[in-house]
This record gives sequence, C-alpha cells and structure tokens, in this order.
Amino acid sequence: MTVKDLINSDIFEAVNSGIHTETKIERVYCCDMLSLALARASEGCAWITVICNINTLAVAYRTKAACVIIAEGVAVDENFRKEAESHGITVFRTTLPVFEAALKLHNIVKEE
Amino acid sequence: MNEKVKYTVKADDFSHAGDVSGKVRDWMKKLPIDAEAVRRAAIALYEGEINMIIHSNGGEIDVEVSDRCITMTLSDRGPGIPDVDLATQEGYSTAGESARSMGFGAGMGFASMKKHTDYMMIDSRKGIGTTITMKIYF
Ligand SMILES: Nc1ncnc2c1ncn2[C@@H]1O[C@H](COP(=O)(O)OP(=O)(O)OP(=O)(O)O)[C@@H](O)[C@H]1O
Ligand SMILES: [Mg+2]
Repeated sequence: MTVKDLINSDIFEAVNSGIHTETKIERVYCCDMLSLALARASEGCAWITVICNINTLAVAYRTKAACVIIAEGVAVDENFRKEAESHGITVFRTTLPVFEAALKLHNIVKEE
Repeated sequence: MNEKVKYTVKADDFSHAGDVSGKVRDWMKKLPIDAEAVRRAAIALYEGEINMIIHSNGGEIDVEVSDRCITMTLSDRGPGIPDVDLATQEGYSTAGESARSMGFGAGMGFASMKKHTDYMMIDSRKGIGTTITMKIYF
C-alpha cells in the first residue's frame, strides 16, 4: 500500500497530503518518545504516535517516515498542519488507540 | 575543503526547535559529503540542539567540515551536567513535565548521539557550561 492509497482509503482521516505520496508503506512503527523514534523509525514506515507538535514533524522528516498517524483523537492544530504542509509530510489522524490503529494498518501492509 | 558555520541556540525556544540542525543539514548537503554521513550528523546534532533548548541556558553550535571529517561543537552557558556518567546512561533524564508532554525525556538523546557519531566528548563544568564535541569521518 502506498501513502496515496492510504489517503484514498477511509481508514484514517488525512490532515495533510505530503509530496512523496507514491512511497510504499513498508511497516508500521509506534513510539511516543521522540529521541527513540529518531533513532529507530526507519525509512518508509508509517509512524503512529500521540505526540503532535513540530518536533514530531522534525523527527518524521529526518527519518524519512512515509507518513505520520496521530492516534487517540489527539487534536491536530492548524499550525501543525501548516508545518506538515511546508515540509511535505503526509499526516493522518484517527480516534483509534495506537495499538488498534497499528493493527489495522499492519494487517493491510503485511498482506503485500 | 574547510567550511564552517556557526549558529546560536536559545534556551526554551521550542517554536524553533530543530531549526539549527535543519539549516546545518541543508548546508552540508551542498558540500561533497557522503549522504549517510550527513544523515548521521543531522540526527546527532538535532539531539544536541534539543538538549541545549531543554536543559541549558542557551549557547552556540559550530560545525566544521574538512576533507574527511565533520566536527560539531555545541557549547552552552550552563548550568552544566553534575554527573556526566549518570547523564549518559540510557533512560536517565531530568526533563520536566512540559518537555515530557512534547515527547522528550526518554533519556536516549546521548545514546543516540554516541551511536550516530564516531567520536563524542562531553566537557561539563558546573555553573559554567557544557561543551560537546562530536566527529563523523567520511
Ligand atoms: N546541555 C545540557 N546541559 C545540562 N544538562 C544536560 C544537557 N544535555 C543533557 N543534559 C542532562 O543529561 C540528561 C540526559 O540527556 P539525554 O539527551 O540523553 O536525555 P533527555 O534529553 O533527558 O531525553 P531525550 O533526549 O530522550 O528526549 C538530561 O536529562 C539532562 O539532565
Ligand atoms: Mg535529549
């Protein structure tokens, strides 16, 4: 599944469409501690977290994560969305808890 | 090749967190440096910059690129690290509530800086400041 496919599906709500939407989602990664995520999130992963501030985007950009999914219904403000837009990062949000969001996406990604 | 840049980092300035390491990364990308070395430098420098914002009173970041080495020097104006051995242990953190709510405070920053560089030295004096030198060979 590519980022674009995920945007076009109704699985999560797309908050911002980034520039690399042809990127294939390789795996799902969950972590809320930014220094860990920066060291361990791998290129092409879909990163699920409840941390929603500009530092989340800084980490996503540096790790070349395929997209960021803000879980648990955490509010995504306009400032965050604009910052995601200027960095070209695709962001989704969902009311699902982290594990359920990850499981749902993992089941799709692993089939491929 | 001998190229240099210098930037100032302000304490508690979260709205600009990552700006300096981002600018340094974009600057390094234009130099004839191996892309993997740039990636490692950007990650280590980001951690160091965030530590300056969260834990220090602010300071300066100097980056020098020679033919085969990136040298990054981060020096702040205090408060200094009382016990460097303790502070560099994985999981040790004194980050406060507001930093934690932003996703910091795993106590993994130093471990990541060490992992992503070939050399790291911490020189800290209580009340004076901390200077961290990191090198990446390419
Ligand atoms: N520049 C600094 N000045 C003073 N103390 C520092 C400085 N940098 C780090 N420290 C101290 O060292 C500790 C460990 O730093 P480290 O980067 O490993 O973890 P952290 O910043 O607490 O959390 P994380 O980096 O995982 O978000 C900090 O909690 C702080 O007590
Ligand atoms: Mg840190």
